[in-house]
Amino acid sequence: MARYLLRRLAFLLVSLALASVVLFVLLRMLPGDPANALTSVGASPEQIAAARHAIGSDKPLPEQFTHWLGQLASGDLGTSFVSSLPVGPEVASRLNVTVPLTLTAFALAVLIAVPAGFVAAYKRHTWYGALLSGVSQLGIAVPVFWLGMILIAVFALNAGWLPAGGFPQDGWSQPAEAIRSLVLPVVTIALVMSASLIRYVRSATLDVLGSDYLRTARALGSSFGRAMWRHGLRNASVPVISVLGIELASTLLGAVVVESVYALPGLGSMLATGIAQHDYPVVQGVLFVSTLAVLLIGFAADLVQRIIDPRLRGRLSGGAR
Amino acid sequence: MTQADVLSPVRPKKTSPGTRRNRRSATLVVGCVLAGLVALLALVSLFWLPYPTDDTSGGRLAGPGGGHLLGTDKLGRDLFTQVMTGSRIAVEAGLGSVLIAATIGVTLGVLAAFAQGWLDDTVSAFLDILIAFPTLLLAMLIVAARSATLGSAVLAIGLAQSAVVARLVRILAKRVLAHDYITAARTSGTSWSRTVAGHVLPNIWPTLVVNLALQFGLAVLAEAGLSYLGLGAPPPNASWGRMLQEAQATFTTAPVGALAPGILLVLLVIGVNLIADGLRDTLDPATRRRRA
Repeated sequence: MARYLLRRLAFLLVSLALASVVLFVLLRMLPGDPANALTSVGASPEQIAAARHAIGSDKPLPEQFTHWLGQLASGDLGTSFVSSLPVGPEVASRLNVTVPLTLTAFALAVLIAVPAGFVAAYKRHTWYGALLSGVSQLGIAVPVFWLGMILIAVFALNAGWLPAGGFPQDGWSQPAEAIRSLVLPVVTIALVMSASLIRYVRSATLDVLGSDYLRTARALGSSFGRAMWRHGLRNASVPVISVLGIELASTLLGAVVVESVYALPGLGSMLATGIAQHDYPVVQGVLFVSTLAVLLIGFAADLVQRIIDPRLRGRLSGGAR
Repeated sequence: MTQADVLSPVRPKKTSPGTRRNRRSATLVVGCVLAGLVALLALVSLFWLPYPTDDTSGGRLAGPGGGHLLGTDKLGRDLFTQVMTGSRIAVEAGLGSVLIAATIGVTLGVLAAFAQGWLDDTVSAFLDILIAFPTLLLAMLIVAARSATLGSAVLAIGLAQSAVVARLVRILAKRVLAHDYITAARTSGTSWSRTVAGHVLPNIWPTLVVNLALQFGLAVLAEAGLSYLGLGAPPPNASWGRMLQEAQATFTTAPVGALAPGILLVLLVIGVNLIADGLRDTLDPATRRRRA
């Protein structure tokens, strides 16, 4: 296990290094000079050159890259071209919104989808089993922003129970307000996420229910519950965990639409603004932090899968293959 | 028995026993009806629209009726006209993205399937990272580089989906390549390209087609999301996403504009997903056996 951990960790670091090179090069390939964002329209060539010099975009690319790496090594994500504020603290304050939003929605989605998916498979011939499958079929077809609009119209505008959007200016120092403003976004993400998760849980459960080992266990006198607990759960959870990892990672930044519907100051909206303003350090910083998160989540998912399923132990990564 | 019957290949009788087959075809039929409804709207919009797209004569935020089937939006434009153009954009977005995703994804996936050892690990890990990278962000980068057009959005969605398709094709093709008859074919001198064309693609296409149908639905949703954020087709092209975004502020006073595009969107995506389910049950012998 220790040897595997070392290899997997090395793999993670190499991926991160590769990803940062790709990130850096891709961003420099974008057209549009960030110096334009700093200077007023009709600025003289000298002013533009001065702006370029100030942000360092006149230096050769390798030098810019090593400079960025040096900053990263000392835990500095750089300084925004536009606001001249350091990126790191800004990312941290955005994470204060995005991380609770994503994790709560994720947990809620799992709490909904695992039992619902199991029932949808186990009771698939009953009306409520079919209903659950139907609801999830409907759920994956609903655009997340539209669900958000409807929830706002019903629970915020009509009923007036919850705020229609925004986040308190002082953030978590007003915990009650902060929680209230996150309720609808969390529910929105959780509903959409659980709709697709139900399908995965259902199909994993169907595989287990039709398996020979379950039939054998039952034939040897094990009760259904015991057979499911000892054999079914492990086997069904491996592919589901693989999907969970991907869902969690993509929700972290994919929350940008929900953040937009509810006007939340999250990581996704920070990135959107950064891209629109050609603010390299912001885009680079946000993408670096989120790539790191994606890799760490993949690492965790692989580890959990290996602990659950010994058959995967010969492999470096992944479960659903 | 006519000549044509003799010449046509043997087919299983349509009256084969059991209700399951009927239920399968029911899924397919319902899916075709739902998606076909939207496709029909899109097709008609190419030749005829109730009003010109820039006609603002209808009075603002009028309710349904009075020459406007669904009423008008906040600029006085006919909502039904916009919904029709929107369906055309949605179908175009779905088709375009899936075409890009299929071309790149199948090529990359087949190539990756031949990779071994650490190269294989690297490729699959790279695909995993790409998949976890949200479509929307890729789209934002592409839109920033080009401009907010339907083409940029479709390109971004197609590229993001090609990673998903590539991963699936890689797994499926690897499974095929592990068979003894492939080794036999290869040792007897069958070329690389003939192996792919003769053995790999015919074996993976049922699963692939089902997945591409699902990707179509996802592409339609992604395009709507992008245009909701203002990163899709620019005005006056009424994408459903942008219509919804514009109607958000008047949801309680003029709900039709905030509901109609969403409902059509859901119908189209459900329809395509049902087609995918129906195709899976008809095309894939493995699930047919398991469910029977």
